[in-house]
Amino acid sequence: MSSRHSGVVLEIDAVHKAFGDKPVLRGVSLDVDEHEVVALIGASGSGKSTLLRCVDLLDPIDAGAIRLSGEDVSWPGYDANAVRRQVGIVFQSFNLFPHLSVLQNVTLGPRKVLKHSKAEAESEGARLLTRFGLGERAADFPDQLSGGQQQRVAIVRALAMKPTIMLFDEITSALDPELVGEVLDVVRELKDAGLTMILATHEMSFAREIATRVAFLDKGVVAEVGEPAQIFGDPQEERTKQFLLRVQQAGRA
Amino acid sequence: MDDRVHPGPNTQLIELSYEVSRPQERGLAQRMEPQAAEPLVVDRARRDIIARRRRRDVTVATVSTVIFFVVLGVVVVTSPGWPAVRETFFNPVDAKRVWPELVDAFKITLLLFLTAEPAILILGLAIAVLRGVTAPILTPIRLVATLYTDIVRGVPTILLILLFGFGIPALNLQGMPDSVLFWGWMALVVSYSAYVAEVFRAGLESVHPSQVAAARALGLNRMQGLRYVVLPQAVRRVIPPLLNDFISLQKDTALVSVLGVVEILNAAQIDTSLNFNYTAFVFAAAFFIAITVPLARYADWMAARRRRRSESYGGDL
Repeated sequence: MSSRHSGVVLEIDAVHKAFGDKPVLRGVSLDVDEHEVVALIGASGSGKSTLLRCVDLLDPIDAGAIRLSGEDVSWPGYDANAVRRQVGIVFQSFNLFPHLSVLQNVTLGPRKVLKHSKAEAESEGARLLTRFGLGERAADFPDQLSGGQQQRVAIVRALAMKPTIMLFDEITSALDPELVGEVLDVVRELKDAGLTMILATHEMSFAREIATRVAFLDKGVVAEVGEPAQIFGDPQEERTKQFLLRVQQAGRA
Repeated sequence: MDDRVHPGPNTQLIELSYEVSRPQERGLAQRMEPQAAEPLVVDRARRDIIARRRRRDVTVATVSTVIFFVVLGVVVVTSPGWPAVRETFFNPVDAKRVWPELVDAFKITLLLFLTAEPAILILGLAIAVLRGVTAPILTPIRLVATLYTDIVRGVPTILLILLFGFGIPALNLQGMPDSVLFWGWMALVVSYSAYVAEVFRAGLESVHPSQVAAARALGLNRMQGLRYVVLPQAVRRVIPPLLNDFISLQKDTALVSVLGVVEILNAAQIDTSLNFNYTAFVFAAAFFIAITVPLARYADWMAARRRRRSESYGGDL
């Protein structure tokens, strides 16, 4: 099936996903255009992380479709590794490989999956690390870095695979407050470079600043989607209003 | 920049000054007078007290150890049976006679031990990995690997050695070696690889699933994820328990003596029954200790180093 209009990179079409008898996604639909930055907001347990894991085929979906450049990749038996070469994901808990140096973390994918030569992968990896202010840390091991640095390395590791779309799964939630800024700066840079992104986040002000569209997830469906100014300034749905009110109160407390 | 402080063993004084500046950094002391960060302050009196206590602890430990062993020695040497024990177990004349034979026999022990261990590591790792395969076509192999560890671990090693050493050569199979030394070696390899496989399996399972998810997310397939991400971490973690099995194997090479292989225990036994003197046994024990004690110290040192590292980074290595 071809995409509805050109420029759509990802179509999430009525996706259902349950863990055991507990439904998490109940028919989520969302399209992402090229160069778009979609922020996924919603309470814990609303299905943000599950949705991102499903898009990267780390969890199989129960019903619906996930189309990458018009092709349904969610059908059982589809080459998941081919999908993951196009889709990059960054996790809340970094998940760097602790036995590998920063540079080895970044070059493992390009070398083993993209079959780049060691020299090629390393020069490209070093270039990316330098661009994101990590050039000096290339030889260090992950546990020698601060949380913010580790998360930046995790982003570079995903970028080194040259993905067509990046998924960020609450990438600042495990960080000390003073380290959040440096990671968000990286995301800003990626937006400027035109990368297509989905960003599950609790950082509302950041979502407002960076997103081209904001999707509010509630009880496993997209309850409301729109431009940031509209979602944050003039939400239409009652539950969106309730959620934003709760967030606002928590921020004041 | 990395501004985390990893308290090491000798940083009490540095930590002291860190504590001074911390409330201010955290913004907890907004209503207090702003504090100027002081240069590193070392309180000499505190440091002297700590140093004096440490010296006192070392002295107490040394004195108590010396007293303990002196008393133990005196009790043994003054016991009524000591002259007879010295005569039969610590006899210099017998020691001189038996020494060269035991050295020769110990070479067989070392040969068994040093050639069995690499084979055990390879076989054990292969079994552990095969038990974890999910491809449907490999189901029979997974079953065989599971059965292997269950059955082999259920049979006492000495029985396995007897079955291999006397049973297999009796089959008169063409092209099979009929040396009992070989089959004793094989029995040790089979027995220990089952235990080592379980150690490796525990290591593989201890690697957090998020590591596998990260590997898969990069597009690595199952084999690549295992080889480049899971296995290196698993092997590092199980090195201390593997060293323990290594020590155990070194001692269990003595079991091969039941097949008549003249390794060190058998050589000592032959000597004691010819000369009615047990000095050879004491010697044999000393030979084993000479290998196992350094290995045990090394295993402990490795385990302690791992613990230190993971503590100092506050994370899981």
